[in-house]
Amino acid sequence: MTDKLFSGVSRRSFLKTTAAVAGTIGAGKITGFPYVSSARAQEAKTLRYLGTAVNQSKEIADKVKEDLGITIEYVPVTTDEVTKRIITQPNTFDIVDTEYFSLKKFVPSGNLMGMDATKIKEFDNITPVFTKGEIGGKKIGDQGTAPWEVLYLKENKSKEFATEPTQWISLIPTTYNADTLGIRPDLIGRPIESWSELLNPEFKGKASILNIPSIGIMDAAMAIEATGKYKYPDKGNMTRDEIDMTIATLIEAKQAGQFRALWSDFNESVNLMSSGEVVIQSMWSPAVTAVRGKGIDCVFQPLKEGYRAWASGFALPATLEGPKLDAAYEFVNWFLSGWAGAFLNRQGYYSGVLPTAKAAMEPYEWAYWMEGKEAEQDIKSPSGETIALKGAKRDGGSYEERMGAVACWNAVMDEDAYMVRKWNEFVAA
Amino acid sequence: MSTRVGIAPYLQALPLALVFFLFLVIPLVFILVVSFWTYENYSIQPAFVVQNYMDVFDRCIVRLPDLCTTFKTYLSTLYFCVIVWVLTLLIGFTVAYFLAFEVRSKAVQSVLFLVCTIPFWTSNVIRMISWIPLLGREGLVNQTLQNIGAIDMPLDWLLYSKFSVTITFVHLFTFFMVVPIYNSMLRIDRSLIEAARDAGATGWQTLTNVIIPLSKTGIAIGSIFVVTIVMGDFITIGLMGGQQIASVGKTISVEISYLQFPIAAANAVVLLLTVLIMIFALTRVVDIRKEL
Repeated sequence: MTDKLFSGVSRRSFLKTTAAVAGTIGAGKITGFPYVSSARAQEAKTLRYLGTAVNQSKEIADKVKEDLGITIEYVPVTTDEVTKRIITQPNTFDIVDTEYFSLKKFVPSGNLMGMDATKIKEFDNITPVFTKGEIGGKKIGDQGTAPWEVLYLKENKSKEFATEPTQWISLIPTTYNADTLGIRPDLIGRPIESWSELLNPEFKGKASILNIPSIGIMDAAMAIEATGKYKYPDKGNMTRDEIDMTIATLIEAKQAGQFRALWSDFNESVNLMSSGEVVIQSMWSPAVTAVRGKGIDCVFQPLKEGYRAWASGFALPATLEGPKLDAAYEFVNWFLSGWAGAFLNRQGYYSGVLPTAKAAMEPYEWAYWMEGKEAEQDIKSPSGETIALKGAKRDGGSYEERMGAVACWNAVMDEDAYMVRKWNEFVAA
Repeated sequence: MSTRVGIAPYLQALPLALVFFLFLVIPLVFILVVSFWTYENYSIQPAFVVQNYMDVFDRCIVRLPDLCTTFKTYLSTLYFCVIVWVLTLLIGFTVAYFLAFEVRSKAVQSVLFLVCTIPFWTSNVIRMISWIPLLGREGLVNQTLQNIGAIDMPLDWLLYSKFSVTITFVHLFTFFMVVPIYNSMLRIDRSLIEAARDAGATGWQTLTNVIIPLSKTGIAIGSIFVVTIVMGDFITIGLMGGQQIASVGKTISVEISYLQFPIAAANAVVLLLTVLIMIFALTRVVDIRKEL
């Protein structure tokens, strides 16, 4: 046993570490013991970053290390697992990247704390999409869990949302986007303008919807509303009757053979689309980019009924304190200061603070991604692949056109449990 | 032989018993307990309610003869269970028979047996996914059939259908039948087969009267493997069924992802009971303990 312990690590370094650990535990406030204090500083400079792999780019972590000396330790898990961790193991991360719609469930648990807006340098520059629900002075659709309704907390460690702006912010926005249907124009051969096409029998056996109940049901609702069958007061918070009707419509379509498959992760949606199994489906922006990256024509089709939007942001566990807390604020401030924002914008997402991101991007990039203008030269992704040729325009146009046309936001319904049960019925039908 | 029973055998069994107690019995007890709790939003509260079980069987009786979600799900899972069991048994038995009786040399037997394990060098999921480019609408099978003029339109039912799920299950799990059956066949005393032949039995009679009865243990063990795996599977059914075919495992996994632990636990308990009843029935037919 002892032999094994020492193989690999040299005995000397092992003893050193032991001494340091013992020192940390026993010494308390003794100063003039440089090894211990630097070890502690090092510990404070490491942040365990919980989130989905999609937002955890190595480039960002490398840049943070270079600029701030903070080590970002990614904890990449699925969206569901993020939720589970926050509820059941809030001490296993130092900062979390999660979605606004989950807040209605997190905040009452008291496991997260509000962030102090006065310590966020760029807070006043955060896009009014989050703070007021406006874009260019125009109101944005507020069905579902709209971010501005859950942005403010009553106090630092409050379990309640505030209706008026306060100093305490539930989530500091990182990325957000407006989702729509992805299509294969080469296989469809005619213009697609409405969500109702998802349920159009013309695409029987060639349509797909995502199998994440809370999001899938909203895509279904967008389609049902577009057919003129029913107008939902709030697609993001349906009554039991509305859920019943929506699921019944889906079951009818499924039994008529409308859906080729359902998908539940990013790669599945890419494969369905690129293999030609499916020509129209719920999709996410980077998945469309991935299909295009294979040289296949795929469009993130803007539709007249508008988009279903989502937004995610940073939150801190309620127990974070001391140097770690300072490091977390330092990291968040860095994140909003431009480099990361430009990185995200180049992936087709939007960043929370636009002026700093603009300063960090080339003017032609900004014109393509944010102003909906023709690309003056080839557009490259952050990893260097060409994703749009010179002269191309972004699907859906400018930031204001896309975010301004949001119809609803990802949400958690009051009748969540019932909805999940009904969704299982759809899958089993 | 000594009849004295000391403490030693108990001590020897203790480590494994402890492992089972800690990692099997205790979690099962937790699942059972939680299945009676209540949940609201993302929080669960200790209680003693049967609501979760009521929800699992929501309107199952009143809707008869229409099937409720749970009955439909179980029916679909049982359907795969039976078909896959029959197919893996037939193929597995044949392969084992070939290895044990047709191949004479011990060395060749071992080599061929090892050949059977080669697919296990890659992961389950990869072996699963590799069917997709084969069976897809623009896949190899459809392209070939179209090229030789057998069909005009691609066959849609090849992929994301019961067919593709079944074929994948059989591909993945036949080996779990081969191993135990092969193992019990090796133990059959060859002189019994000679005796059968000397007594005038035909090949078929030898098979049904001697070999099958003596391979019963292997068949039972293989069946337990296949049945329990198929009953709990949701990845294969999800991937190959295009997520459109229900499975009990998927229901549980969706509930867990929405942090509805109590109802997920209730579903798990129902599934566990179903599988236990199936195994129990199987062991009534074959006394595995006696035969081993």
